[in-house]
Amino acid sequence: MDLLVGTRKGLFVLRGENGGPMEIASRRFDGDVCEFAIKDPRSGRYLASVTSGFYGPRVFHTMVAEGGWDQAQGPAFPEDAGATVERTWVITPGEEDDVLWAGVAPAALFRSEDGGESWALNPGLWDVPERAEWSPGAGGLCLHSICTWPGDPARIAVGISAAGVWLSDDGGYSWRRGVKGIVPGYLPEDAREDAIALCVHNMHRAPLQPDTLYMQFHGGVYRSDDAGETWQDIAAGLPSDFGFPMVVDPHDPNRAFVIPLVGAEDRTTPGGSLRVYETRDRGESWRALVQGLPQEGAFHTILRQAFAHDGGDPPGLYFGTEQGEVYGSADGGAHWALVASHLPPVTSVRCAP
Amino acid sequence: MAVVSLPSQLRDRAGSGPEVPIDGSTVGQILATLEHNYPGIAGWILDETGTIRRHVNVFLNGERVPAETAVSADDRIQVLPAISGGASVRTPGSLGSRYRG
Repeated sequence: MDLLVGTRKGLFVLRGENGGPMEIASRRFDGDVCEFAIKDPRSGRYLASVTSGFYGPRVFHTMVAEGGWDQAQGPAFPEDAGATVERTWVITPGEEDDVLWAGVAPAALFRSEDGGESWALNPGLWDVPERAEWSPGAGGLCLHSICTWPGDPARIAVGISAAGVWLSDDGGYSWRRGVKGIVPGYLPEDAREDAIALCVHNMHRAPLQPDTLYMQFHGGVYRSDDAGETWQDIAAGLPSDFGFPMVVDPHDPNRAFVIPLVGAEDRTTPGGSLRVYETRDRGESWRALVQGLPQEGAFHTILRQAFAHDGGDPPGLYFGTEQGEVYGSADGGAHWALVASHLPPVTSVRCAP
Repeated sequence: MAVVSLPSQLRDRAGSGPEVPIDGSTVGQILATLEHNYPGIAGWILDETGTIRRHVNVFLNGERVPAETAVSADDRIQVLPAISGGASVRTPGSLGSRYRG
């Protein structure tokens, strides 16, 4: 299996057995930040979001990860938008042939209808009146989570930091907020109701039960049972309700994984103990998965796109840290192993079976 | 016709020689034409608004200039990566480094 590991210094393709040591099969975009990379399972095409510290952001694509990569046309704002893309946070396959979605900073959604070769701004979300009040989180004003609805291209949900959850039932033509129940504890109590500044950190849909969504918030872990309209906090039992990475089991809508971090002022693993937490009952309870993970002196930070599953049942799980280590589990988190180390700070991890 | 000199990374992407003659009356117009003529570097020097990217410096006859600067036929334009670029960037209005999330 291949693992696409985006880092502060390029894209690394790691290769090896599930959950075992992995070799570096290739490195591309040396010196640039690879924000995110995926392999579209439908076409086999690889797509990578790359940001040069000098020459700005762009998306590349290829059919051979170790070969040459072509630059996509966009994502880029039309001239009349008066904005410029700072970076592309996420690329997600859509529900129609050759359709992909990309989320960028400043928060906007782009759509490709040719497998990622060219991109166009979704004007519906860009033009929502509330956008004038959107404000950035620590990572900027970014659209980082895109949840399509299996089999229904009309229904889509996106997460924005720090502008909440937005839902569309008409393929992105119109949008509405989906934020009932979310409590922004970082705001004064009298400013929380109807707050715009909702700092969603990560959001995923359970593919076998699309009404079910899980969200890591900036202080809170939430679940929605009604496709993102309302949310309930399920963080009780976790050592911290702060964090970024999240995985939902593709075969079990009751099962999700998070990696808690100490709150916003620290953002490292609590007590220097690297632990993945799993719920098998929709967040009613959580248990720590620790076997094979360092439990002392391990002050890691795991970024929002740096945790992934391989689609298996049980899922193979992989995450990378800002300290350049990548851990993997072939058995749904029961046993972990260090699969790669000494990499640059890891920004994203995705499996490419 | 003014001559544009590119750094090696952009030359490699453009597939151009070290110096490219381009017609135009301002620096911005010449750079836009350059990116149009060499699609491999489209968007690498100018962003979507036509502004020179923050961490790219453009010199006209040895003096750093903005995009609207007028250009004469014998002028020489140099595009260089800025010493301010290449590292993590703080986002305006944000609370910390762009990589904290």
